[in-house]
Amino acid sequence: MAAKEITVDAALEKGEELTAFVESMLEPYDPSPKATIQVDVAIDEVFSNIVMYSGAKTVTVVANLDEPTSVFSLTFIDKGNPYNPLEKEDPDVSLPVEEREIGGLGIFLVKKTMDDVHYERKADQNYFTIYKKIK
Amino acid sequence: MKIEQTRDNSTLTLALEGRLDTITAPELEQVVNANLEGLTALIFDFAKLEYVSSAGLRVLLSAQKKMNKQGKMEVKNVCAEIMEVLDITGFSDILTIV
Repeated sequence: MAAKEITVDAALEKGEELTAFVESMLEPYDPSPKATIQVDVAIDEVFSNIVMYSGAKTVTVVANLDEPTSVFSLTFIDKGNPYNPLEKEDPDVSLPVEEREIGGLGIFLVKKTMDDVHYERKADQNYFTIYKKIK
Repeated sequence: MKIEQTRDNSTLTLALEGRLDTITAPELEQVVNANLEGLTALIFDFAKLEYVSSAGLRVLLSAQKKMNKQGKMEVKNVCAEIMEVLDITGFSDILTIV
């Protein structure tokens, strides 16, 4: 299938629009419910990260499904400050409740549930891509 | 997300329906904070919850810390997909899942 693209304002409430865009694109391919939920969570994590930390005004998302392998890829492109969330150290998920902090947990979750994640800075833009086999 | 509140004396049950994410987590935080006074048991019912992202985990962590000081907190009816998120993030050790 051809790649599809959407551009939204960098505002938290636009996350729903991205989720709806991706779900309607994947639906004809009958993705597993588990993969769909994991992709939805990843969209929430990556998009909210960009909105809160990049300073970008808009975010463009390019979605592609490689039909032979069922690998779905989603690239988030923004013109904000250089920001590689993958450089952040993984949180210590074994700490007791009083010592737990929430920072970094979202990207950690994305790294653990997606098959691959990739960051690149090119032409003054951030490119963050997630890959997930949808069935 | 829908939040159904049932208060029985000092026990509050919050049944969540839909998605607990960046957009909806602040609503849940407000409901929890507005009801904390005199509460000794806070029960989350996840039977109709589709997923939880880290914004939702942040609210659960904060609620757990508060309830540790004044009573108990439990999470029930956790589906496999949400359980995986709780396992990956170590939240299955922090929360009391029944």
